Amino acid sequence: MAEVTLVEAVAMALGRAMDEDPTVLVLGEDVGRDGGVFRATEGLLDRFGPARVRDTPLAEGLIAGMCVGLGAQGFRPVAEIQFMGFVYPALDQIVNHASRLRNRTRGRLSCPMVMRMPMGTGIKAPEHHSESVESMFAHIPGLRVVIPSTPSRAYGLLLAAIRDPDPVIFLEPTRLYRAVREEVADDGAAAELDCCYVMREGSDLTLVTWGAMTRETLAAADALAEEGIEAEVIDVATLKPLDEETILDSVGRTGRCVIVHEAALTAGFGGEIAARLAEKALLSLAAPVRRVAGFDTVMPLPRLEDAYLPGIDRIVAAGRETVRFQ
Amino acid sequence: MNAVDRFEEGSPSWPVTRYLDKGGSALQDIPSALDDRQTLAALYAAMVRTRTFDQKAVSLQRTGRLGTYASSLGQEAVSVGIGAAMDPADVLLPAFRDHGAMLWRGVTMTEILQYWSGDERGCDYAGPREDFPVAIPVASQAPHAVGVAMAFQLRGEKRAALCILGDGATSKGDFYESINACGVWNLPAVFVINNNRWAISEPVAMQTAAETLAQKAVAAGIAGVRVDGNDVVAVRHVVGRALEEARSGRPQLVEALTYRLGDHTTADDARRYRDDAEVSARWQEEPVLRLRNYLVARDWWSKADEEALIRQVREDVDGAVEAYLALPPQPPAAMFDHLYAVLPPSLAAQRALLEDGDG
Ligand SMILES: Cc1ncc(C[n+]2csc(CCOP(=O)(O)OP(=O)(O)O)c2C)c(N)n1
Ligand SMILES: [Mg+2]
Repeated sequence: MAEVTLVEAVAMALGRAMDEDPTVLVLGEDVGRDGGVFRATEGLLDRFGPARVRDTPLAEGLIAGMCVGLGAQGFRPVAEIQFMGFVYPALDQIVNHASRLRNRTRGRLSCPMVMRMPMGTGIKAPEHHSESVESMFAHIPGLRVVIPSTPSRAYGLLLAAIRDPDPVIFLEPTRLYRAVREEVADDGAAAELDCCYVMREGSDLTLVTWGAMTRETLAAADALAEEGIEAEVIDVATLKPLDEETILDSVGRTGRCVIVHEAALTAGFGGEIAARLAEKALLSLAAPVRRVAGFDTVMPLPRLEDAYLPGIDRIVAAGRETVRFQ
Repeated sequence: MNAVDRFEEGSPSWPVTRYLDKGGSALQDIPSALDDRQTLAALYAAMVRTRTFDQKAVSLQRTGRLGTYASSLGQEAVSVGIGAAMDPADVLLPAFRDHGAMLWRGVTMTEILQYWSGDERGCDYAGPREDFPVAIPVASQAPHAVGVAMAFQLRGEKRAALCILGDGATSKGDFYESINACGVWNLPAVFVINNNRWAISEPVAMQTAAETLAQKAVAAGIAGVRVDGNDVVAVRHVVGRALEEARSGRPQLVEALTYRLGDHTTADDARRYRDDAEVSARWQEEPVLRLRNYLVARDWWSKADEEALIRQVREDVDGAVEAYLALPPQPPAAMFDHLYAVLPPSLAAQRALLEDGDG
């Protein structure tokens, strides 16, 4: 079994999917010869040729819209948007078409397509390369929004996303692309979509997070453990549709919850989770639900990005206060 | 008049293909494959059918039995010519005013009415299963045509994607991005611009300073041609040839010059922004009478033929309306039915609210 990074796991899953299913196509800017600016499509052009691995013109609306046409024709396009900050021209296609073609034709046409894109801060990238706007997609009916947090999860979730009959927004945290190596078997086994993953068990506190913030959150849980606080850490993994059962079950046991995300606080996905807890778990709660999130500021340029990112300290402090709340 | 005139026959480098003049006289030999009674009578019948259906739809809207509707009055030749030029195996990606093409391809009047009444089931065509539903966000259907054409190319199929757009749509990035990509990949796609001179209240001169819309093909490195969109013979011929070219890997842009004789939609009042005199003048160029005059002059169309056609078309339209009005409504919970291939269990509770009828 190979030890791979998250970005290598993505490439592995893409290769596997293309191998298994001739209708799987990879397209996007610089995905061919260059193997993608992050190398997520490295080696695919050589293995599968330029018909199935396409460098596209520089036009995000086109990329997303083409996927709708290809999907309706029975292909399974996997498009790469070079950075999340450049997905906005594609939103028209994603929101107005991909998410609803099945619905508006009563199932006659559908869009099995995956839009992959790097997200988030933490790699000192230029302006517009660091945002996290997952909640924007999570608001759109008909989409799936998936964010892996480890190499093995990236491999399994991406395979599941490609095999899924509906459009999937697959967000890859750049901060995790090369952060760790993990043994991942290229066995074609998909990971389950539409469910949360419990990364650490604990009975005093529930920490809910996703994507890159799983790292800081796990580190915060370790720090809290040294203070005698055992935190359960939940990786949401699929934001939409949300597996609220796992979260409600955990909070039902711990009675205390902190939600951690990198995206700006207001209208971030943490608000949705907090609302579900207020609706369905209020009587289990022993303390107010707290959110540790990015600030409601424009994402700063790299020199201030560390100051923006919710750090371990903030998570630990929020966890501690939540547990001490009387 | 104003700069709209730039879009008349004007440009010598972008000639307009035309066989029948305004009065229906042949200006040149009609392509032999089209110049027979059966072919031309079928085109004529389809235009009459489209116009009759259109008028009925507008009156249904006026009497509260249909939602907002986009009439194709005056543009029947563009739509019917496209429908007739396509192979059944090609795929149509229409805008929202292309009833003639859709009807020709086997979408039923009942389905079109059902859609414009506000019922998604009207897009589940029993006929052309691969055709796209109407696109409401202007020009957004253009990139879909790229994907469809790429699918044909990947499978080595001799089929083409045909995308219809308005003149207003040519101002959007989607349009350029799509013709450009087709040029890069030699995709089997044809884009037909229904240049009806107006985008709601904006004349085409407000969309572009270009002399023609066809010349936008130059920037994409694909072929661009102009055709008289009120001459169904010319549309049928030019689009037919464009489709043949496209199926051989040469994407095409066709600008069809026509005129929107009606309001933008039933929710619009065009008198707010254009003169009646302009519209009356344009009535002299409309496509249906033009072809009838030709047919009559050739002795291919009699009064009895006309009466029989009108009777038949009215019967069909009335039958379609009757079927439409008798359609049972969708149950409210149906809004969940095709959201995903399989409804995520997490949505079951929301769906249940509608099933219990207390939502
Ligand atoms: C992207 C977008 N912007 C605005 C509208 C509202 N709108 C509907 S039709 C229309 C004009 C379209 O003009 P044109 O492309 O020439 O087509 P036509 O209506 O003349 O057939 C506008 C502005 C829309 N549907 N989509
Ligand atoms: Mg127009």
